[in-house]
Amino acid sequence: MNSTRRKLITNPLGKDNPITVQVLGICSCLAVTAQLKPAVVMALSVTVVVALSNLIISLIRKSIPPRIRIIVQLVVVSSLVILVNQILMAFVYDVSKQLSVYVGLIITNCIVMGRLEAFAMSNKPWDSLLDGIGNGLGYGIILVILGFVRELFGRGSLWGYPVFEKIGLYNIGYENNGFIIMAPMALILVGIIIWIQRSKEQKSQ
Amino acid sequence: MKKFSNSYMMLYALGIAAIVAVLLTVVSLSLKARQETNIRNEKMQMLLATIGVQSERDGVETEYNKYFKEELNVAVEGEEPLSVYLFEKDGKRGYVIPTKGNGLWGKIYANIALAEDLNTIVGITFSHDSETPGLGAEITSESFCNQFIGKKILDEEGKVVSVAVIKHADVADMHQVDAISGGTMTSNGVSEMLLNGLTRYQEFITSERKEATNE
Repeated sequence: MNSTRRKLITNPLGKDNPITVQVLGICSCLAVTAQLKPAVVMALSVTVVVALSNLIISLIRKSIPPRIRIIVQLVVVSSLVILVNQILMAFVYDVSKQLSVYVGLIITNCIVMGRLEAFAMSNKPWDSLLDGIGNGLGYGIILVILGFVRELFGRGSLWGYPVFEKIGLYNIGYENNGFIIMAPMALILVGIIIWIQRSKEQKSQ
Repeated sequence: MKKFSNSYMMLYALGIAAIVAVLLTVVSLSLKARQETNIRNEKMQMLLATIGVQSERDGVETEYNKYFKEELNVAVEGEEPLSVYLFEKDGKRGYVIPTKGNGLWGKIYANIALAEDLNTIVGITFSHDSETPGLGAEITSESFCNQFIGKKILDEEGKVVSVAVIKHADVADMHQVDAISGGTMTSNGVSEMLLNGLTRYQEFITSERKEATNE
C-alpha cells in the first residue's frame, strides 16, 4: 500500500477526524456512548455502512445521473442501514435493543453522505473503500474513548463488568458521577478531546 | 459533465429501487425466524426473571415450560384481551401480570408476579426502551426491584391501590417503595404504569379471589 493510500485510512483517525475536526456526527456520538458496548457496536455499524456505501457509489458513480445523485446515494445508504439493523436484530439482539433508533439514524449521519459527495463520487472504488473505512474508524475511535470514560466514571464498570466494585473503590467512599452519563457531559468530553488534539498539532507545526 | 436523458434517469431510479427491494425482502425473510425467536426468548427470560429464575438464552424454552403452565387471556370490553401467566414454583402457584406505560423518554414495561392470593408481590421486573442510564434506567436494577417483594397491591376491600414509587417512602407501608434519586420522572411513570395496569385487571382479580374463597 503506498503512502497516499495509507493516508486515506490514517488521516481521518487524527488530523482529519470527522468528529473532532469536521465536527460531524455529533448527535449519535452523544447518544450511544453512555456505555462501552453500544459505542463499539455503533462504531462498527457506521464503519461498515460508510465503507460499503462508498464502495458501491464509487462503482456506479459514472452511471449515476447527477440530477438524481443524492436520491441514489440515499437509497444505497438506507438499504445498507436496514441490512445492518436486521443483522443486529438477528444476531446481537440485546445490543440492537440498546442502540434502538440510533441505528436507523445512521442514514442521516452527516459523515456518510459527506464522504459520498466529497470522495466516492469522484474517486476509484478501492480508494473509496479505504476512505470509508478510515472515516468510520475515525468516528469509531472517538466513540470508544467516550464510551470508555463515561461507563468507567459514570457507572464504575467496563463492558458491563463492575471494575470499581471489584477493586473495592466504593468501600473507601468513592461514588459514581451521575452527570457523566448525561448527554451534555459527552459534549464537554468531545470538547476536551478537541482541545488536546489542537494543542498537540500546534506544537508539531 | 456527461448528459443523461430523462428516460435514462427514470429507468435508473426504477432499476435501483427494484434491486434494493428484492435484496431487502430476501434478507428480511431469511432472518425473520431468528429475530422472532430472539424476541420470544427474551420475553420468556423476563417472565422467568420475574419469578426469580435466572436463565440462559439457550434452553430458555425448556426452563420456561418447567415453571409456566398456562397463559390466560382475560377478555375486557372494548379493549385487547389482557394476558395472565400462571406459574408454579416450589409447590406454590402464582400469577404474572404484564403491563406497560410511559417513562421519561419512552415506553417502560413491567412484569408483576403475584402470589396465589393475587395480592402479595413475590417478584417484579422492569424494562425500558430509552430511559437515562444510571438514572431512570436504574428501575431495572435488583435493589430497586427487591423493594417491591412482599408489598400488597390491594386494600382491605380488595380494591386495587397498587404500589406507589415516592421519595422518602415509609418502608413499613405496604403500598410504598422508594423512588430513584435523579430518576423522578421515570419513578412517577412506574407508579402510574403499575396503578393503571393493575386496575385493568381489577375484575379478573376480584373474580379469581371469590372463586378461591368459595372452594
